[in-house]
Amino acid sequence: MKKITIDHVSRIEGHAKITIRLDSAGQVADTQFHVTQVRGFEKFVEGRPYYEMPSITSRICGICPVSHELASSKACDSIMAVRIPVTAAKLRELIHCAQFVQSHALSFFHLSAPDLLLGMDFDPATRNIAGLLEEHPDALRDGIGLRKFGQQVIERLARERVHPSWVVPGGVNSPLDPHARELTLTELPAAMAIVKRTLALWKGTVDHFPNEIESFSNFPTMYCGLVGPDGSLRLYDGNLRFVGSDGSMVADQVAPNDYATYIGEATLPDSYLKAPYFKPTGFPDGIYRVGPLARLNVADRCGTPGADAELEEYRQRFGRIVQSGFHYHYARLIEALYALERMQELLDDPSIVGTMVRAHAGVNDLEGVGVIEAPRGTLIHHYKVDANGAMTWANLVVATGHNNLAIGRGILQVAKRFVDGNKIKEGALNRVSALVRAYDPCLSCSTHALGTVPLALELRGADGQLLDEVRTE
Amino acid sequence: MTEKVKVRIDGEVIAATAGQTILEVARANGKYIPALCYMEGLSAVGACRLCMVQVAGVARLLPACTTPVQEGLAIDTTSSQLQSYRKIALELLLAERNHVCAVCVSSGHCELQTLAQEHGVTYVRYPYNYPRLTVDTTHPRYVLDHNRCILCSRCVRTCAEIEGAHVWDMAGRGIDTRLVSELKRPWGEATSCTSCGKCVQACPTGAMAEKGWAVEEMTKQRTVVSRLTSMREGQ
Repeated sequence: MKKITIDHVSRIEGHAKITIRLDSAGQVADTQFHVTQVRGFEKFVEGRPYYEMPSITSRICGICPVSHELASSKACDSIMAVRIPVTAAKLRELIHCAQFVQSHALSFFHLSAPDLLLGMDFDPATRNIAGLLEEHPDALRDGIGLRKFGQQVIERLARERVHPSWVVPGGVNSPLDPHARELTLTELPAAMAIVKRTLALWKGTVDHFPNEIESFSNFPTMYCGLVGPDGSLRLYDGNLRFVGSDGSMVADQVAPNDYATYIGEATLPDSYLKAPYFKPTGFPDGIYRVGPLARLNVADRCGTPGADAELEEYRQRFGRIVQSGFHYHYARLIEALYALERMQELLDDPSIVGTMVRAHAGVNDLEGVGVIEAPRGTLIHHYKVDANGAMTWANLVVATGHNNLAIGRGILQVAKRFVDGNKIKEGALNRVSALVRAYDPCLSCSTHALGTVPLALELRGADGQLLDEVRTE
Repeated sequence: MTEKVKVRIDGEVIAATAGQTILEVARANGKYIPALCYMEGLSAVGACRLCMVQVAGVARLLPACTTPVQEGLAIDTTSSQLQSYRKIALELLLAERNHVCAVCVSSGHCELQTLAQEHGVTYVRYPYNYPRLTVDTTHPRYVLDHNRCILCSRCVRTCAEIEGAHVWDMAGRGIDTRLVSELKRPWGEATSCTSCGKCVQACPTGAMAEKGWAVEEMTKQRTVVSRLTSMREGQ
């Protein structure tokens, strides 16, 4: 059997390899998505004091360290059995929204815009930020500006942009400086204008990709995400909801502590990335997706006016349940608008500058679960400790993991649509990588338990002979 | 009457009292010699080897914290050879155990980290030892992380000399040396421990910390030991 290898997939976070196997006629027979690094966080944290976990687990990733800190701190709050002060919860949501803005800006502009604005078949030598600078300097400037805004808000709140130590078990470790609040409020309109401009740009561009929309993981799956009591979109706190591909309610208001009743984790033989599945349905049929596309499918509404208007238009164009993985990009932009609007609401609330921001307590429960919606999807931290507070067990179910089965199946769909083993084109292989990028996978996050993401792609013939190989450095 | 002596430190003639150590005289006269195991108010043990100085006429380097001054000594505290040796000593401390500043409760408030920064330790030239070490979380208020312990014995001396409880000791030899509480009982079961916490305040790194403080949050009251000593001497 012939085989093509893309090794490794570029413009994603971490290291991955894709193998495409061809039949004797040179057509795509099968594909595999391999994640090739071991991180081992779940094991090496055993024995550490639980209150170090937010900072240890934030080192899983340099793009969304805040997400891990938040999920981890929530698991620690649960071990301490405390309700954190109201201001602390709002400040945590505020930094989380800033994290969403910067991470979504990074995904859309820095990683995917070369494919989306320059084109899938654009010269790979300049299909990158440099090419964007040449062809779409305004869009690039917007992307850099939006990411900078998110990062600066994080720095203002937490003193550091990457791996801050501000979110702690029991709350946060310092209140919001009123000057930082004023400064952020004055900068918010410009950030909102960037997202609205980009939404307008993308709404006019998305129709140029009919083949990608049709073949980028365009299949029915379940969807999972956090919602509030009223079914609205929640990023920091809420209960899990699973909906079917037809929009039917599969499970609603699942408390974070009950996640294991619904989510099982399978281990795949050729990847260090585990494959979570919907337990009542079983493996591998219990395939579900998380992240921006899933959250907008799961939620009844966003809950902020601008994002709700955009959501309505999005649903009018693509339906109540949007199946194509290509629309992760669109959904990501709507979420960026939601995050900015939530920041505005939080900052307008006078209690945001409250000074009671931390609850102190020891170990009051031997187990704790923390669930948030990270930019890439539902993030679960589940810890067990001994009575002295030493970690005895940890389970991290990371966003990219939930999407593993869907990415794998999506690669097969897109490869079958675009790759012809008899005449391999770079643009075709780029589409395979672009499918992976649409999910904005964070492979360094997701391989916490066992172990790689720049991407590699192998094309193998029916006899197993290596026909072509693409490796990105 | 105490005997007065004159010494020359880095070329400067300084009056001192016989019996004082080089380190005491230098610090009293505003001359900085780095040290980790030395703490004002405790006996000196010369364990960390960071305060090594060159004395004219002596072929080997001498630890400033345990070498008494004598009339006419000429001492060099800043030579490039000393700087190089101090850097080596710091790198060896960092290589010996698992000092991961990024996730340490004492990051930003750690004497080892500060000295490494002052001495330009931007990398460690020696292979890391990566020992498998335990964390003693058994005490209700404090935690001992052997990964961050540099065996300076400040906790041992603080407990024995200031608190008078002598909970702490060193067990084993060489690279296998470990800090132990009450002949290797878990700290939480050490009946002689009064939970006063002075050992924690004396610890230069994040090896001993109060429970519940997250990364970068463990600040210590370094002067508590010297203050207690000076108050007792004043009685």
